[in-house]
Amino acid sequence: MKDVRLIALLAPVTLLGVVILIWHLVTVVFSIQPFLLPGPSAVSSAARNHSDELLRATLITAAGALGGFAISFLLGSVIAFLFSQSRIIQYSFYPYAIFLQTVPIVAIAPLIVIWCGTGFQSVVIVAMIISLFPIITNGTAGLTSISQQQADLFSLYNASRWQVLWKLRLPNSVPNLVTGAKISSGLSVIGAIIGEFFVGYSTKNFGLGYLILMTSGQLKTPYLFATIICSTLLGVAIFLLINLMGDLILKRWQE
Amino acid sequence: MLVEASDLNMTFEEGIEALKGIELSIREGEFVSIVGASGCGKTTLLRILAGLQQGYAGEVSLSGMPPLDARQSQHDLSFVFQEANLLPWRHVLGNVMLPLELRQDSRAVSEIHDLLELVGLHDFAHAFPRQLSGGMKMRASLARALVTRPDLLLMDEPFGALDELTRQRLNEELLGLWERDKWTCLFVTHNVFEAVFMSERVIVMKPRPGSIATEIEVPLEYPRRPELRAEPEFARVVGEVSAALREHGE
Repeated sequence: MKDVRLIALLAPVTLLGVVILIWHLVTVVFSIQPFLLPGPSAVSSAARNHSDELLRATLITAAGALGGFAISFLLGSVIAFLFSQSRIIQYSFYPYAIFLQTVPIVAIAPLIVIWCGTGFQSVVIVAMIISLFPIITNGTAGLTSISQQQADLFSLYNASRWQVLWKLRLPNSVPNLVTGAKISSGLSVIGAIIGEFFVGYSTKNFGLGYLILMTSGQLKTPYLFATIICSTLLGVAIFLLINLMGDLILKRWQE
Repeated sequence: MLVEASDLNMTFEEGIEALKGIELSIREGEFVSIVGASGCGKTTLLRILAGLQQGYAGEVSLSGMPPLDARQSQHDLSFVFQEANLLPWRHVLGNVMLPLELRQDSRAVSEIHDLLELVGLHDFAHAFPRQLSGGMKMRASLARALVTRPDLLLMDEPFGALDELTRQRLNEELLGLWERDKWTCLFVTHNVFEAVFMSERVIVMKPRPGSIATEIEVPLEYPRRPELRAEPEFARVVGEVSAALREHGE
């Protein structure tokens, strides 16, 4: 068991080392220009030279993503609750909820900026829009999918609608809401970065989205690579955080 | 609680005739089992008696009242499901207390602990369902059914998924509880041995449409000890019920 865990840890780390080595060799052997493909050392020194900006940008993007995620979680849960309470509400609004999932976020992000202005709030709104749908669908499924036997149990003791909601439907929906939250957490980082493409912020307070645009525009490719790595790590960190919280909550729910 | 059904018929919307011409009479405090092939309407009959299934034709009464009215009055009935049907987010105590919570009955927690002791779960009051074995889950489910001190206990193949030894133990424990409190019990099962071991009477149902084929009295004295299973008279009744099942099973 311990061996399996060790292999599970060592295997991807070894693979990463091999990929970095091949990457380094390719850039050296083929003398590739750094603005096309910088070597790992160039990326690493760019990251060190701009560590303050990268850290600040990562924190700003994290705040936008987490803000959008938190609002989408609250709003999505409320919408799921309303959907579960009335078929008419669900049928009327569900097609428009799908709209949130299908509309290209890059197409409506400029609109958000026009309506809400440049700044942090627009980033949060874009992140919220992109991460709202999984919460709505998973939350609605959790609130409406109770088993016949569970429903019978509550009927048997003449439970009121409120008791069924509070003691059965809401707790039953928690695993689904956690699944929705896991999906949304990854999406919220994408939403925040897309939001930042359009919002820009000021030249002092900027997120990773702005850094990506700025570094690619100026062909500072090593710096762009460092920014991309930060974006990825931020996405992974938020995903792991929500997963950890979800697993802690779900301990009780495991059958 | 006195259970009666007269010319009970149930046809589902899809046109499936689930029950036809059921005549049933169960005395107060009687332990009756129903055996029959899968799909012969045993569960439907139980759900009708519990007031969980509407749309039937004919007369059904629990102590002279329609099931739904009986359920909402002082006459208490409980149902033990095929699966333990415990809420995974509640510990054993929380699951057992659920019926009382739903009725806003503030019974002393010490009384619940006594009940858990009775079903052998006293040390597991704060364990979650995932931490329990199949037999323990069923015991918790039984405790939940008994917590309201029911007059009628309807049991729908509660021990079907358990191994033979656990099933036999639970049969003995259930009988012990019944002999102590004498609620009326209607016990649905596929297992002829279990039906004969516990019941005063076994009703054999036949399928398509579900109806009562025959009723067999079990002339064995209570209290019934585990050794009873090895006695010739027990084997004779088991044989009689099995033969009736074979005859009406197809």
